[in-house]
Amino acid sequence: MTQTITLTINGKKRSDTVEPRMLLIHYLREVAGLTGPHIACETSLCGACTVHVDGKAIKSCSMFAVQADGRNVLTIEGLAADGKLDPMQEAFWNEHALQCGFCTPGMIMTAKQIVERNPKPTEEEIRHGLEGNLCRCTGYQHIVNAVKAAAAKA
Amino acid sequence: MATTITKSDTLVGKRIRRREDPRLITGTATYVDDIQMPGMHHAVIVRSPHGAARIKRINIKKAQELPGVAAVFIGKDTEKVGPVPCGASLPGLRVPHHHILAIDRVYFVGHPVAVVVATDRYIARDAADLVEVDWEPLPTVTDPEKALAPGAAAVHPEWPDNTAFTYHQEGGDVDKAFAQADVVVKQRITSQRLIPSAMETRGVVAEWHTGDRALTLHSSTQIPHLLRTILAQMLGLEENRLRVVTPEVGGGFGSKLNVYAEEALMGFVAMKIGKPIKWIESRRENFTCTIQGRGHVDYYEVAAKRDGTILGIKLKLIQDLGAYHQLLTPAIPTLSVLMMPGIYNCQNIRADIVGVFTNAVPTDAYRGAGRPEATHGIERMVDILAAELKMDPADIRFKNFVSNDAFPYATATGLTYDSGNYAAPLVKAMDMVSYKKLRQEQAQARTDGRFLGIGISTYGEICALGPSPATPAGGWESATVKIEPSGKVTVMTGASPHGQGEETTFAQIAADELGVGIDDVLVVHGDTAIVQYGIGTFGSRATAVGGAAMYYAIQELKEKIKKYGAMLLESDNVSFANGACVDNKTGKSVPLAQIAAASYRAMKLPPNTEPGLVATYFWEPPNFTFPFGAHIVVTEVDRETGAIALKRYVAVDDCGKIINPLIVDGQVHGGVVQGLGQALWEQAVYDDTGQLITGEFMDYALPKASNIPWLETGHTETPSPVNPLGVKGVGEAGTIGCSPAVVNSVVDALSPLGVRHIDMPMTPEKIWNLVQAGGKA
Repeated sequence: MTQTITLTINGKKRSDTVEPRMLLIHYLREVAGLTGPHIACETSLCGACTVHVDGKAIKSCSMFAVQADGRNVLTIEGLAADGKLDPMQEAFWNEHALQCGFCTPGMIMTAKQIVERNPKPTEEEIRHGLEGNLCRCTGYQHIVNAVKAAAAKA
Repeated sequence: MATTITKSDTLVGKRIRRREDPRLITGTATYVDDIQMPGMHHAVIVRSPHGAARIKRINIKKAQELPGVAAVFIGKDTEKVGPVPCGASLPGLRVPHHHILAIDRVYFVGHPVAVVVATDRYIARDAADLVEVDWEPLPTVTDPEKALAPGAAAVHPEWPDNTAFTYHQEGGDVDKAFAQADVVVKQRITSQRLIPSAMETRGVVAEWHTGDRALTLHSSTQIPHLLRTILAQMLGLEENRLRVVTPEVGGGFGSKLNVYAEEALMGFVAMKIGKPIKWIESRRENFTCTIQGRGHVDYYEVAAKRDGTILGIKLKLIQDLGAYHQLLTPAIPTLSVLMMPGIYNCQNIRADIVGVFTNAVPTDAYRGAGRPEATHGIERMVDILAAELKMDPADIRFKNFVSNDAFPYATATGLTYDSGNYAAPLVKAMDMVSYKKLRQEQAQARTDGRFLGIGISTYGEICALGPSPATPAGGWESATVKIEPSGKVTVMTGASPHGQGEETTFAQIAADELGVGIDDVLVVHGDTAIVQYGIGTFGSRATAVGGAAMYYAIQELKEKIKKYGAMLLESDNVSFANGACVDNKTGKSVPLAQIAAASYRAMKLPPNTEPGLVATYFWEPPNFTFPFGAHIVVTEVDRETGAIALKRYVAVDDCGKIINPLIVDGQVHGGVVQGLGQALWEQAVYDDTGQLITGEFMDYALPKASNIPWLETGHTETPSPVNPLGVKGVGEAGTIGCSPAVVNSVVDALSPLGVRHIDMPMTPEKIWNLVQAGGKA
């Protein structure tokens, strides 16, 4: 049994036929070829698979591809436009907010949402906002710095 | 033609943002799960749900019949593949034969028994559920002390005492030291099992090239070349027909410094089915089947004079090894013994290790690997001694530090500390926290009935692993430096970094040495078909050993550059600086790019000089390096809830010469937070039947952004004389320095209740119970 879905990913419309049980993260990575979002826990606890659906940060390992039918998906690959990095990407680079980089695409998508919802977040608000995203390398401090820096520039 | 940039400013020592980041922040890096190949199949592994069991029967028929399933293999199919190797050797070591798929008996939850191969990962997962195994569960033991008790279940029937090895080391005259002591303090101290939890789980993509009889194996590993050597033996392949590729690696922390059953299994499957095969470890598998860290029960005794002078240290160390040996499992506790005196001048030590088999996944190297346990032990004991003698914990440390004029300092454990100024980081950290004032605040807090604690740890670590005779597989590192015909520089390092930033720090060093711009240098690693043999990235060694190898390769190149420069300038007196050869008499110069072009064009060659500008250097370090530092932590314990508030965290580290302060701070932050995880939250809990109770991120408390205080870092710089860069290593420092500082702080907070030790993790429940019991554990 399969189902056809039509959705917009990073500004481009596409249609695919998928199994209803296919997770959105598997669809993005293996059907749409967008391997930026990562799978690190499969249980919605780590946030490495975070993408935006209709403007809201969601964990794409806990959503089926068919649930994204008709919706607008933004992944890490959709941030930089015409070779110009998104301010949040630039801030992560400047502040050394990543080491192995595996959590980074999800972390950046979450960080963008924090600043979209609260343009001038305090350190405490940033840390609270990052709670759903795990990073084992950085100890988070440089990530906090990056979110602060990106917010200050916005 | 591109030209090199002539510059006078150095890059080493600058906060330069990383050159590996653009691919990582745009989602365009390639990790192993990102690899897609035509005809690629997917593997799912069927594993034991029991801590110990006999396999009575396996029925794979239903799985084989599911459409899309290409193959199912069980233990007897893989019998000819060599066992999972142990790279460590100790006298009398008992080594269980660990087959890549269990044949008739399993001995830990997660032990692989079958592999299902299908065209699609969902089908493979479905088919795995159709494999039927008849189990006969057997008795288990998971607590290492219980495993040593008479009558305990035997993990391996041939060794009913569950003892894999015993190890004794002694230095000086311990009995005399204890006989002369005014005071002896004793304490049982545990370092719990931890789950390394790299964000990227393990994964393998293997491709068999039938016509060439060659295997390409992509693996998320820290040691591509060692993996190739060992896998070739296991699979019966010629080593030159096995190519190991390490793509982007999403963290390791020691857990990928290994050779795993699944790596050999995927090579086996690829060779059998003739199609590319992908296996990506699930997070649950990562918890139960990837090595874990720590697992110590330590019994310490410290003898001292009344003035605080430490005379002798005794240690009985019970190491929970797990069910079998992974690559370095039995070697890890011996590192703890090497570092047991810490940075104190104590020449009398005695250590006895018992390595114990338990029905759990093996322990092995996890960030720090033996040194956090040693540091935790000595730093706790020094505080216990200070409390016994009513001395300030800072004073007792100053009293016992190896003095600055004692280097190179020979320890009672057979090491030679390279350089140090042990008081300096402590002085600086005490300054940063205003120590004296802080103690006054604490006194006031105590009169107000608050539990405010100040904890110090002053740590030393053994890094830059290490001289080859002291390591299981060679301790050198390699580099090839190529100056291309255009003058661009390519560095191939045998170290295989995975987040540490060597593409940046190595480029900083190379650019300075060759007088070119950082963007003219590219650092390549992690593919055995491209890079000369190397050892890998672990043990805080990449820059101190691999960076030094690159430095020496560049020095060789410089000699050759000068010969070409002399020829082109028609001079017999040239020097090389700032990316050009200069005639010392006339001042005329020729840039590196022109020299490089001439060396490859080879219209004319200098005497006794071959064309091209390529040098390979394998550098054998004469010694380890010994970084050190001081951490001070201020905590407050909530009497009502047992919660611990981290009020200040100050880390002053001395990692020798700093190449890139931004990256060093990142390493310290990450290391400290892993240490906080151990001190406060993380613990792999097995029940008596061998089930891992903390087998998901829901139950295993990895530190989150909101748990972490602002980390204040400082540095002192004491260069190492061991390598020409003066660097020591910083990858593990934070973890090693952290946990004792936190425990010392909380014990200090609760000392008015008479508390003198708390084992990790210091969960609110544990602390609340302790407070409720009036400090009695």
